[in-house]
Order: sequence, then structure tokens, then C-alpha cells
Amino acid sequence: MSETYYDPADLAKFGDIKDFQPDLAKKFFAWYGAVFQEGALTAREKSLIALAVAHAVQCPYCIDAYTSDALEKGCDEAQMMEAVHVSAAIRGGASMVHGVQMMNKAKDLLM
Amino acid sequence: MSSNTKRSLKGQGSQLADNFYQLKILNDSVKAGKFTGFREKLAEHGLGTLKPTGVDILQVNVGYMCNQVCKHCHVDAGPDRREIMTRETMEHCLEVLRRTHIPTVDLTGGAPEMNPDFRWFVEEIRKTGSKVLVRCNLTIIRANKKYYDLPEFFRDHQIEVVSSLPYYNRRRTDSQRGDGVFDDSIEALKMLNEVGYGQPGTGLILNLVYNPTGAFLPAPQASMEAEFKRNLKEDFGIEFNSLYNITNIPISRFLDYLIASKNYEAYMTKLVNGFNPVAAQGVMCRNTISVGYDGYMYDCDFNQMLGIKVKTAQTHIKDFDLESLTRRDIMLDQHCFGCTAGAGSSCGGEIA
Repeated sequence: MSETYYDPADLAKFGDIKDFQPDLAKKFFAWYGAVFQEGALTAREKSLIALAVAHAVQCPYCIDAYTSDALEKGCDEAQMMEAVHVSAAIRGGASMVHGVQMMNKAKDLLM
Repeated sequence: MSSNTKRSLKGQGSQLADNFYQLKILNDSVKAGKFTGFREKLAEHGLGTLKPTGVDILQVNVGYMCNQVCKHCHVDAGPDRREIMTRETMEHCLEVLRRTHIPTVDLTGGAPEMNPDFRWFVEEIRKTGSKVLVRCNLTIIRANKKYYDLPEFFRDHQIEVVSSLPYYNRRRTDSQRGDGVFDDSIEALKMLNEVGYGQPGTGLILNLVYNPTGAFLPAPQASMEAEFKRNLKEDFGIEFNSLYNITNIPISRFLDYLIASKNYEAYMTKLVNGFNPVAAQGVMCRNTISVGYDGYMYDCDFNQMLGIKVKTAQTHIKDFDLESLTRRDIMLDQHCFGCTAGAGSSCGGEIA
């Protein structure tokens, strides 16, 4: 059997992080739950943001969880893929905008 | 991803057409310690046996024949199913309505309109004073010339129409209900709108049903209704009254899908973990009696498909006894988690 760092079954064990530090885990999960409640943003909008961020941080657990969650919030496939494009655009843009820094430095060094 | 199967599980000779086999799968998971039993879960929340609150709805399944073969169908309906309610059994139902004045009759199938006595039955039910609700799959209206006037028939008898449309786009709808179903459903909805259904001031009610097109739970009903209304209006000019969310119950063809797609355990985990005691107290079996095509009575259409009859001395509609039925214990099993997860699910949508 091959071993990997990630095991899909570990997602269901997320709550077990309390075993090593219960007080902070309790605060974390209470805050986490509050974040995803309907607020100034709808739960559906938050789910799409979470899906986009999951791709930015490349967390397989989060991608798994928020793909299901976005479907359960009624999102369609195009909305979900557009969220991933937003993530990719920001990641790509973050690299590209540093091109200005590269240009500044190059101009300093070049005749 | 589209369904190309044109035969029911029964027609294919699948083991999953056997209700005992379905119950065995559901209960083996409990025995293996993977999931809590439904009764145990009720007990954990201080809820004992579920008892009826009365009989407000007589849900009559007039036959399993259908022009569609949807992937999630709990009835395993299809063109190859021949089980059909006879006029004699309908007469028994009418006798009950005349005697008990149950306010609503919910006609389902299969495609109920395919029963040759469907129109006669509707007319006779209306004479008893009961309201009629028909679960119309929409495409039947476009399936054959003899059904083209169904919208007018529904209107003339003031029937409330409840129709499945799992999503407001073609891909998701056809992936569950078969190729071409979305386009035909849209045409049928336009025909219903034209005779006044879903239009303000007509009193003609057209409600749609949203089922998730896969192994996940429904979105909150109010937000989905807003999405459906906006998309159907913008894209097709279609209007309707309300959207009902119905959770897919893990039996029959949806169970087959869950097992084949390796989603069974994850889906059951969602249902069990999502148990909502408030939803459990509002389940439809508490105010409904489901009648099978052969006249036997069940607590709900799902129990009907699993062959779990009402727990009373007499179980046939010809022996309908309101008092003993309202005293009965409702029959429960693992599939009941489908109606109690999250916001709950019933033939009228969300519960909690």
C-alpha cells in the first residue's frame, strides 16, 4: 500500500485537533462556524470565496469540503469554476505585479 | 454523465430492485457500526416512536409506468413498469374520501397521467370536495398528442401541479432525468404558464421540486427558489409559485447510483450527521397515508417502495379505518434519515 501525506479520511477527523489543545480548538471552531453564517455576505457567497481560497492555498481537504459545500449551497459548475479562475487570477497577478519590482531593479542596474 | 438507461432496475433484473436487498444494505451498515440506527438516533434526542397527527393527505400512487427513467427515482419507474391502479381500487379511495373528507389528494406515480383512468379519477375526487395535487413530470405533457391538453384539464379541475425540475439548466437536469428532458420540461412549463399556472391572480398553483443532482444535500430552499425564479424568468420567461427542496432518499435507483459512484458511505454520513430533531417531528408520514397501486397502505411513498406497510390490523384501502390509522406507530428504518437531515425533507419541501 502506498503512503501519502494526505489521507481523505483525515478530513472527517478535523475536530480531533482539540485532543492536543482543547481550549484553542473550541475557540477556533466557534469562530469558524460564525464566519460562515449568513451575514453581510450570503452563505452561498462565502462558500464560493472559501472554494477560491482553497485553491489558492492548495489545500486538498478544503477543496473537497468546499466543492461539496458549494453544491449544497446551490452553486452551479460555472460559478464554481469562475471562483477558481478568480483564485488563479490573483495568484498569477501576484506574480506579474512583482514584474514591476523586477523592472525597477533592472532599471537601477542597467545603463 | 447523462442517463441513457431506458429500463428500470426491475427490467434489468438488478438485485437492487428487491426491497429486502435494499433494506439489507442499509441495515448492514448499522450492524457494521458505521452508522447509528434511525430509532437509536430518535431515542438520543428523546423522541420515541413517531405517531401520526392525523390524515390530512391521501397520497395515491396510481402506477409505476413513466415516460422517463430518472437516475434518482425511488419508485424505479419507467416505460417497462406495468403495475397500475385499477378503477376498482380507485373506487375504494373515493369511498374513503366521501366518508372521511381528507382535504388533499396527492396523485403520484410513475407518471400518474399514464393511468388510463387518471382523468376519471381526478373528476371523481373533485366531486368529493378534496383538493387534488398532481406530481407531473412535465415531459408527459409533450410526450404524445393525447397529453397535449393536460394543462387545460388541470386548470379546469383546479388541480395544483407539482413538477420536478432538478435545476435551471440543461446539463444538470438531463444528467438526472435523461437527455432532452430539460428542453421538453421548459416547453411544458410554458404551456402551463399560458393557461394561467404560476401567474398572479389565477389561483392556479405551479410548484417546482428541486432535487440535488448528485450525492449532496439540497441548498436552503429560500435561496434556491430565488435562483430558480431569476434564472427561469430571465432565460425562458417562465414563472412558478414555490420551489420545494426534496432530499434524495437512499433507496432504489438513487441507492444504485450511490453504490456505483462509491458515494454511499459519504452520503449516509451526511444524512446521519445532519439529523435534525425539529425536522424529525415534522415529517410527512405524520399526516399522510400513502396508497399503492394495489390498494395497500403505507406511511409514505418510500415505505411503499420498500414494501413496509402501515402497522395496523387492516392494511388495504378498502378497510380504511381512520381511528386505527391515527393510533398506529409509524414504521421507521434507515432511509428515514433522508427526511430528517438538515432542514428536513417532505413531498412539500423543507420541514424545519
